[in-house]
This record gives sequence, structure tokens and C-alpha cells, in this order.
Amino acid sequence: MTTPGTHDQVRREVTVTERRLHPITPFRRAWAPVAVLIGWALHDPDATHRQLTRLTTTTILIALAVVIPAAALYGFLSWWFTHFAVTETELRIRTGLLFRRTAHIRLERIQAIDVTRPLLARVAGVAKLKLDVIGTDKKDELAYLGEADARALRAELLARAAGFAPETAHEVGEAPEQRLLHVPAGVLAVSLLLTGATWATLAAALVVPPVLWFFTHNLWTVVATAVPLLGAAGASSVGRFVAEYDWTVAESPDGIRIDRGLLDRAHETVPPGRVQTVRIVEPLLWRRRGWVRVELDVAGSSNSVLLPVAPREVAEPLIARVLPGVTVPPASSLSRPPRRAGRCMPLWWRGYGFTVTDEVFVARHGLLRRSLALVPHAKVQSVRQEQGPWMRRWRLADVHVDTGANKTVTARLRDAEEAARLLRAQAERSRTGRRDARPDRWMA
Amino acid sequence: METGSPQDAVTAETEPAWTGLPPGLLRMRRLLLVVWLGSLTVAAGLVPGLLAGPAWAVFALLPLALMVWGWVLIGRNWRSWRYAERADDLLLSRGVLWHTVTVVPYGRMQLVEVTSGPVERHFGLASVQLHTAAAATDATIPGLDPAEAERLRDRLTELGQARSAGL
Repeated sequence: MTTPGTHDQVRREVTVTERRLHPITPFRRAWAPVAVLIGWALHDPDATHRQLTRLTTTTILIALAVVIPAAALYGFLSWWFTHFAVTETELRIRTGLLFRRTAHIRLERIQAIDVTRPLLARVAGVAKLKLDVIGTDKKDELAYLGEADARALRAELLARAAGFAPETAHEVGEAPEQRLLHVPAGVLAVSLLLTGATWATLAAALVVPPVLWFFTHNLWTVVATAVPLLGAAGASSVGRFVAEYDWTVAESPDGIRIDRGLLDRAHETVPPGRVQTVRIVEPLLWRRRGWVRVELDVAGSSNSVLLPVAPREVAEPLIARVLPGVTVPPASSLSRPPRRAGRCMPLWWRGYGFTVTDEVFVARHGLLRRSLALVPHAKVQSVRQEQGPWMRRWRLADVHVDTGANKTVTARLRDAEEAARLLRAQAERSRTGRRDARPDRWMA
Repeated sequence: METGSPQDAVTAETEPAWTGLPPGLLRMRRLLLVVWLGSLTVAAGLVPGLLAGPAWAVFALLPLALMVWGWVLIGRNWRSWRYAERADDLLLSRGVLWHTVTVVPYGRMQLVEVTSGPVERHFGLASVQLHTAAAATDATIPGLDPAEAERLRDRLTELGQARSAGL
């Protein structure tokens, strides 16, 4: 290392205070060896029994005397060697005992901040904090922090990312929030009952195992299929209910906040201008009630739901807040593909629709379960026009719009000439759309 | 794409100056085709011909037909590749049966890569690959002259910096 580099290093060490995670952190993996043992015992009960009878008290004591301190030492060291620090522009995470790993996450690149509290963490009073930046992975989350610490750190990170001066970022505190919407438990339950997937998985779980039993009379085959099926049925009904329970959307100067969960509580803050795509999904059975589900794509974020269920007239103003200046175009303003599109996609071509407004590229697909995707022009990364041989025969083409969240929105089966025009025009709109977008540091 | 109908002034006036690929890539692909399928033709002719009698040597016609077909196909595919540097974006058009046109605004480029494998290097070829924040953006220009590839990379990087925008 050169001399200026060393100076730089020294100065940084002075100005940046490094912190450690909550001392409970080493215990988060304590269940893993136990789970492995149990799994092995269940997998081969006979061998386990034989092994157990061979064991004497002394061997058990010796094993425990070796294993427990070793695990404790490893846990302690990995906790001791994990540091994080907030600098003016970055969150730095230094970790690793043998293989050092340093992640510098740039604050103005933050796409969203998640604070999650799994059930056990809630009992222990700790929380996980994760910055969603493109390219971060599971290792870049801060698990675990004290609950109050996590909240304070989130506020500080958001304040710094927003462009407040570093000296004042501590004092800015949490931005005031205004509750926009709360999903009542009853509506959520009914909406899940009206979802086809719930019933399909449940029916599969109830029908397939008896049929298998009838044909094979093999208990293991039946169990091996019934367990995953029941698991899927549970996940799609009860699991979703538990995850989406008490869904609250609030607005603050730091962006949209989502709070949810019955057992595991999760909180997400999406700063302004980070939403890449908004999708309004309308399952067949919800249509009579006028309910919709709103999904959103944020680059690097795992959560993709903004609103699990809400009446359309409530959801649309909310979308206008997430994508400022955008009004959801009415279904009548979407143009369908030309009639001959039926030659490429019989019947289902009627579900496709497309339009462009001053702010967004809008495409709809689905006949039974309608899904309307809105992409702000400023978020478009590239535009593609694709045409297969059969589509060329009918002078049709697809236009794909790629967004930064690694999702593609497609206007399908457009007239070939219209598609070519659209390609050029969309490239132009995407280029100029960025000019009046808000800056990355939204308070600056 | 057939565009530029008279009433469509916008398309007509922005119809860009397309650049095709240099013939190096075509030569390389055809040579590889002839080397691999040629040796297969010889093997398919000689082995049954010698072991089971001369009449069985007709098996050689199969790889031979494949070679001729591939020769034509490679030519058509090579001709279909073209790109255009416009003032604010890069246009890339490719494919015969499955035709794709990609537009990447310079401001959205995150990374421009010049790659050249051992075979490509032997033939004096390099490809330029553009990455945006969307992985679906599949913008690769293969088989360029290394000097042209470097020029393109430098120009794209420069334009990208000038028009840079976040996500």
C-alpha cells in the first residue's frame, strides 16, 4: 500500500465509528446442528437407535465438552469480527473470520430498506436490517440489531441517503408518516378464499394422495407426495394470510412504507423514485367485488407486493402516490391487438392490451386473471422488438420494455408497423423521461 | 424491418445509418463448419464404406447436406446482424426467422465489455457486449474488428458518461 493510502486509512479509522451487531447474533445459527441431528435421526431411525445404545455417559460428556465450546467460540469470533459503520456516503460491512469480506454499499443507490423481525427475533427484541441495492445478497444484511437500534439506523441511513448533512443526520430522526391504507383481516381472508390457486392446491392435496393410495398401496409414496402438497396448500392460504396480515401502507417524506405480518413482522421503506414497475392484478373471482392486488418491482428487493387486496378506487390513488403524476388509464383506453392476432394466439389475444401515456408504458395481459403493468418511461433500460416467423406471416410483432428490476413488460402482438414506430418512439421517451425525474438524493 | 413508409415522416427521417458486421465472422463460422462437418462427412463415408461395402458410403450425404444448409444459414444470419450508432442510442438488429431489434439509450449503459476468445483472437475478431441494469438487455455485437471494437467501446463509454442516468 502506498503512503497516501495509509493516511487515508488512518483518517477513516478516526472519523468512522464501527459498531458491532447485537450480542444475540451468534445464537441465530444455534438451531442448525440440532436440526441436522434430528434430520439424520428421522432419516434412519434404526441406525440412530443402535448408535444411541452404544453411547455411554462419558462419551456424551466428552463430545459435549468439545462441541459446545467450539461452536460457542466460532459464534463468538464471527460476531466479534463483524463490524458495520455508516460513513457519509456508504454503509460498510466488514465480516469474516478466515475469509475477510468488506461490502461498501453506496447510500444514494439504496432502492429500499427492509427491517424484518422473525417470530423468535421478536421474542428476543432484535431485528434484521437489509439495504436493497442492485447486486446485494443475503450476506449484506445486518442481522441482528436491537429493535431500537435498527429503527434509529434506518432513520439515519434514510436521512443520509436523502441528502441531509452528515452532522445532522443523527438528529433528523424518523420522518413523520401518514397512514394511507390498512387492509382489514376479513377482506384479506375473503380475498384468499376467492383466489383460484388456494382451492387448486387444496384440491390437489385432498385428491392426489387417496388416488395414489388406490393405485400403489405404498404408504411412503403417499406420504412423500401428500406432505409437499399439503405444505403448498398451507403456504398459499394460511401462509399468505399470516404474511399479509395487518398490511399497512403509509407515506412519509422518505417514501412509501409497508408494514405487515402476523408472526414475522416486516417493514419496508421504498424511497421516492425507486419503483420500476407497478402491476395491477385482477383475478377472475375478485372482479365482481372490484378488488385488485397491486404489485411493484423495486430493483434488488425481494418483496413485490404493495397491496394484497383493495378496491380499485382505493388502489388507484395509492398508485398515483407511488408513481407521482401517473393516472391509471381506464380499460377502455387500452388498444387491443388487431383481429389477425387470433391466428397467433387464439382466444387469449383478447386479453392483450396496450397504451402509452405521457408518463408510463402500459401493457395488459391475461384473460381470466388480468394483469396491467405500468412502467414509467424514465425506468426503461432498453427496448426490444421481436418477431418470429409465424408472427411475420401475420405482420405482427412484440415490443419488450426492460426495466432495472430485471423484469420485462411486453406489449404483445402489435401490428408490425405500429411496433416499429413504437420502438423508436419509446426509446425517445425513455431517454427524455429521465430529465424531469427526481434526484437520487430526494431531499437534496 | 421494412419501415419508412412515406406518410411516416418520423421513422423516415430517423432511419439510421446501419453498419453490418465485417466478413471475418462469416469466414470464421464457415471455416469451423467446414472443418467439423467436413471431417464428419469423411468419417461417415469411409467407415461404413470400408467396413460394410461401398454402397453404405451414402451415409456421407447426410452431414454433407447439413454442411451445405449450414453454409447458407450462416450467411443469412451474418447478413442479418447490423448496428447503428445514433445520437442518443444504439440500435442493434439481428435474426432472420426470429428477428429482434434492440434499442439501448447510451445513458442506461452500466458497462461495456470487449471480449475475445482464443478462436476469435486467432481470426482477429472481438465482440462488444453492452450491459444495462436490466439483465434481459441482450445487446452483443459479435465478430467485430478489434480496433473497431475498441473504438466502439470508447465511444459508447464516453457517450454513456455524458448522458449517464441512474436507475
